[in-house]
Amino acid sequence: MTTDTKQEPWQDAWQAVAIDEIVRRTPRVVSVFLRLQPPASLAGQHLDLRLSAPDGYQAQRSYSIASAPGAARVELLVERLDDGEVSPWFHDVAQAGDTLEARGPIGGHFVWQPSDGGPLLLVGGGSGVVPLLAMLRLRHAAGRGMPTLLLYSARRHEELICAEELAAMAQADPSLRLVFVTTREPGRRPGDLDRRLDDTLLRQALADWGHAPTAAFVCGATPFVETVASGLRAAGLDAGTIRTERYGGA
Amino acid sequence: MATRGFFGRRPAPDVAQRLPPGQHLTDDFPVLSYGPTPDVPLADWRFTLHDGPRPLASWSWDEFNALPQTTWRGDIHCVTTWSKFDTEWQGVTIDDLLRAAGIEAPTPWVLARSFDDYDTNVPLADLVDGRAMVATRFGGAPLAPEHGGPARLLVPHLYFWKSAKWLKGLRFTARDEAGFWELRGYHMRGDPWREQRYTNDP
Repeated sequence: MTTDTKQEPWQDAWQAVAIDEIVRRTPRVVSVFLRLQPPASLAGQHLDLRLSAPDGYQAQRSYSIASAPGAARVELLVERLDDGEVSPWFHDVAQAGDTLEARGPIGGHFVWQPSDGGPLLLVGGGSGVVPLLAMLRLRHAAGRGMPTLLLYSARRHEELICAEELAAMAQADPSLRLVFVTTREPGRRPGDLDRRLDDTLLRQALADWGHAPTAAFVCGATPFVETVASGLRAAGLDAGTIRTERYGGA
Repeated sequence: MATRGFFGRRPAPDVAQRLPPGQHLTDDFPVLSYGPTPDVPLADWRFTLHDGPRPLASWSWDEFNALPQTTWRGDIHCVTTWSKFDTEWQGVTIDDLLRAAGIEAPTPWVLARSFDDYDTNVPLADLVDGRAMVATRFGGAPLAPEHGGPARLLVPHLYFWKSAKWLKGLRFTARDEAGFWELRGYHMRGDPWREQRYTNDP
């Protein structure tokens, strides 16, 4: 890992950044590490990236930051979208040393820092886990002990991003409860679920956890977020405690 | 600065000229909201114009739907970089609303307010002269809750976060007061053709 070219992000202006490393996480997701140090601020923000073709044509996308604020380098998780314009480049072409442009970090709503307190409820579907991962990494570094429940849903085990890291975090910290939800395969860990989250399962998961969250973050595809957010309200959470972020577009 | 090995997928020229800088075309209609979709029963729905704290005019759902209806077709642009072409909306223009209320706009600034306590600021000049409406129908059908139904603001020439969902009213303000996203790093006006995404964009 080469970090001698680390730069501080600068929200207002585009700046050239180099890719430090690409690491495969799941069959459809790679981690893209940038030679850019995230500022020690909020978890859950995103970066805008811009790629330029030789003739000057540019494509721009937003990616949630997976690394904790203050980490040595920014990590983004890029899911391959088959008809995508930008994500296939990260999967098929990009390598260490390639440069692109970035601006950020951006976002002041779907964000958490340890001083915001808890108990904290995190619900992620698919690559919607990315901003939640940043929150958990920050919490692990600076906020352990705060009662936290992560419900993380994917179709299959192989699609769970950073599952081992999450399991190790929960193993090391009894105040972190981790429930994997695999909708097309049986669960593997005690307490894991193997069907789609709905009102009943959410109510059950909250009851098993035994805490009343003061903040809930829900991120995933639109139907997932709609189902979970309405299920949490049905389970008695105040709408004002629920923050959502939906993944759409390509 | 070219990105090695990136060639991109250029849109056709007729598409490209309709895309503001940094945008790409989508056929979906992605949903972006900061919290849960609120349940707004039509029996409880009420739309109110305020001057500061003072109510100026108010309509029930039936009264609102009896106002003159306008259809708008065109392109919409989300700050998250998708654009959607040829959308069709129906609703009541802000011009017709002011006319029905029998008032002149008391200030040049407006805060659009939603049932979920979302708000966003839009200059009056961006709302009048046929530039904006309170939309109740999309693509010929009642506006779905996840897209802002029963009624949302439609200001299609600005980034779509200005088109507040679940709209409950417009409040005239004495100055340009930042709304929800404007307090959280997003631009006060949000013109996609000038790429006014974030606070300090020109």
